[in-house]
Amino acid sequence: MSETIHIIKVGIADMNVVRAPNVIRTTGLGSCVGVVIFDLMKEVAGMAHVMLPDSAMARSETVNAAKYADTAVAALIELVLEAGGRKGMLKAKIAGGAQMFSFPSQSSDMMRIGARNVEAVKWQLKRFRIPIVAEDVGGSSGRTIEFNPQTGVLSIRTVNQGVKEI
Amino acid sequence: MDHIRKLTGTHIDILKEIGNIGAGNAATALSKLLNKKIEMAVPHVQIAAFDEMMELIGGAEQVVACVYLRIEGDAPGNMFFVLSLEQAERFIRQMTGDETFSFREHSTELGQSALQELGNILAGSYLSALADFTHLVLYPSVPMLTVDMIGAILQYGLLELSRAGDYAILIDTAVYDERRPEDSVNGHFFLLPDPDSFASIFRALGVELP
Repeated sequence: MSETIHIIKVGIADMNVVRAPNVIRTTGLGSCVGVVIFDLMKEVAGMAHVMLPDSAMARSETVNAAKYADTAVAALIELVLEAGGRKGMLKAKIAGGAQMFSFPSQSSDMMRIGARNVEAVKWQLKRFRIPIVAEDVGGSSGRTIEFNPQTGVLSIRTVNQGVKEI
Repeated sequence: MDHIRKLTGTHIDILKEIGNIGAGNAATALSKLLNKKIEMAVPHVQIAAFDEMMELIGGAEQVVACVYLRIEGDAPGNMFFVLSLEQAERFIRQMTGDETFSFREHSTELGQSALQELGNILAGSYLSALADFTHLVLYPSVPMLTVDMIGAILQYGLLELSRAGDYAILIDTAVYDERRPEDSVNGHFFLLPDPDSFASIFRALGVELP
């Protein structure tokens, strides 16, 4: 019996949820952070592609929840719970938050956005008591990530180091 | 970013003209540097959601060589000079005389800094033409070179825009070697103004936003 495996795509400032045997992926994470929240026993996972640390930075009237660390983590938890994940059994894996360019020291906060995104995502996960079981953050390389809710493995592809699994 | 929806044909034409003048000046500088004729394509102004924009430029995972500068001053924004790896290698070999240069097998500091300097000169001539045309004061940052996935690189150009909405206005101008027009990936200048800069640019040219 063969079953087609779908790859659920998550865009920039976007989020989605996946159930086994499908997998979920987002491409070209630079300073952005990919957050995966999953319940391994239920084989369900959600992924968000977070761009900015705090929704207080928004200048628009409507806020796209997936864009900001504070709103994305809360909304992603809701998505995973709706899809069958159990509160208290959720775990997280995160990747991204690179600094793609070596900026001169006087450059603005926006240029160090990768580190700020990572910090904000970690703080939000802590606030909701979701343990981070694996992470691959910082550095200076772009990442494409794919999560398999059946195995709980997060595959990370970079240009220079090929694919690694966490 | 409501004003994106209010842009008229006139505004788009102005943005195209900016790409024309900027990249035209840069193409002349590149011709002089490489001592060969460089052609310029008609500028594209793309108004697209972030993911659409990545698709339009060939997909977020495409690996490119890119020189990036942040623009401060009267009309803050971001400027990217993007080359395919093959074309970047060709330029580096030509400028340094090192025929063995390759990003994967034989990358040298000299080659990398030659490309960074090339990007610096070209982006500088793009921006000075833009400043002359608009009489706006523009301060470019120190240029930074990186070789990586284009999506990961261009994210820096979307940060200010993303605070205001989910759309970007990208002014894209390609330059290419006259004798190699078959190259599918040419050198591209991407200008991504911050959301508030559009009003400054249009006002400087005597056109108000509706």
